[in-house]
Amino acid sequence: MDLDLQAVVLTLKLATLTTLVLLVIGTPIAWWLSRTPSRWRHPVAALVALPLVLPPTVLGFYLLLLLGPRGPGGALTQALGLGTLPFTFPGLVVGSVLYSLPFVVQPIQNAFEALGRRPLEVAATLRASPWQAFFSVAVPLARPGFLSGAVLGFAHTVGEFGVVLMIGGSIPGETRVLSVAIYDHVEALEWGHAHWLAGGLLAFSFLVVLAMLVLGRRMDRLARGRH
Amino acid sequence: MKCRRIAGLLLWAAAIPAVADTAPAAVAANFTPTAQALAARFEALTGHRLVISSGSSGKLYTQIVNGAPFDLFLSADEDRPRELEAEGRGLPGTRFTYAVGQLLLWSSDPALVDAEGAVLRSDRFRRLAVANPRTAPYGAAAMAVLRRLGLEERLASRLVQGENIAQAYQFVATGNAELGFVALAQVRAAPGGSAWEVPRDLYPAVEQQAVLLDRGRDNPAARGFLDFLRTPEARALIREAGYGTE
Repeated sequence: MDLDLQAVVLTLKLATLTTLVLLVIGTPIAWWLSRTPSRWRHPVAALVALPLVLPPTVLGFYLLLLLGPRGPGGALTQALGLGTLPFTFPGLVVGSVLYSLPFVVQPIQNAFEALGRRPLEVAATLRASPWQAFFSVAVPLARPGFLSGAVLGFAHTVGEFGVVLMIGGSIPGETRVLSVAIYDHVEALEWGHAHWLAGGLLAFSFLVVLAMLVLGRRMDRLARGRH
Repeated sequence: MKCRRIAGLLLWAAAIPAVADTAPAAVAANFTPTAQALAARFEALTGHRLVISSGSSGKLYTQIVNGAPFDLFLSADEDRPRELEAEGRGLPGTRFTYAVGQLLLWSSDPALVDAEGAVLRSDRFRRLAVANPRTAPYGAAAMAVLRRLGLEERLASRLVQGENIAQAYQFVATGNAELGFVALAQVRAAPGGSAWEVPRDLYPAVEQQAVLLDRGRDNPAARGFLDFLRTPEARALIREAGYGTE
């Protein structure tokens, strides 16, 4: 397969998998953050938000140390017989999940908070169990939050660079994602190749943001129309 | 009293440009620590200052072509200074080799690498770090060594690429790669582990060249530093740091 195409496919695979993982682990975190009176709430929220302000290279550097053979994460994966994660695709998924965490958690958390207590109290009076209330009331009502979380998480992972550069090792088909391929082309002065990929990414990003704005507006209107 | 002091300060500040100039320099990442030591010595001798911007040679070249405000360029290869000269951005006749890179097969494990580099033929390592051979001269040199030894295909699946030689070093230093091709100067700066100094006839020489840029044409600090690089004192410093000189 063409190397550039391979990078595009790999990037889409990484972003899809990362988004799925983030929806699974991000939803309970968002739910907990939106409901808990715990005093740990703010420290946990700050931890989740950290990747927003940290340079990705910092995250990548610490992941390299933590997941390497001498780090605690590396010791764990080696004890489990998984080897070490840097320079592997699963390693990139771990890095991307951490890196894109706030982009998925925060929109979902906001949506949960916007629900207020009322819909769930109503569900409870109708004898819905907490699980039923969560899945048949909270999740459908928070759908716009899930949508923007998923889109943002996906797009942010597609654009990820610093973390991958630090722990990837630029292995074709395994860790050489789109942004790294672009960087390599620019460094090698192959600006023609770089333009194809960079221009494509630019158009993609614009469409994602545009789609989110349009969809968000439409969902808002639908939600308001229903009430 | 206060007024006098301020007037004195102003006079002093106004006097500086007449004696000392400042030269903004683009310096290849691998040479930056050495360049900083050289610049300190240069400043002590002449009063001229060098302001160093560090990056990979490819990135610095791209920036220079796009109008970055540098007066001189210390590259990690010879191709980019030559291209700059051909494009008229480097002044003809000012290009020369200031350092010759020495390639090292290195491991942070003190017992892994032997004096002949035979470990490359063994299965005692999972990953071999190199700098990106398409952009970094040390990476190209590393691949040339593997080709000469007939190991290119056998080791292809174990290669991991650093974006530049500094990252290749980092992969090995953190233990994420058991082995890596790095620059002697990097290991000199932080000794430890085990290493094989790759014989010079196994790879094309990594000639690091400098060139005076068009912007630095009339800057005595820029010209002065390039002259300084050729003095015996500077050459001794460069050799001490782990490079060869011509």
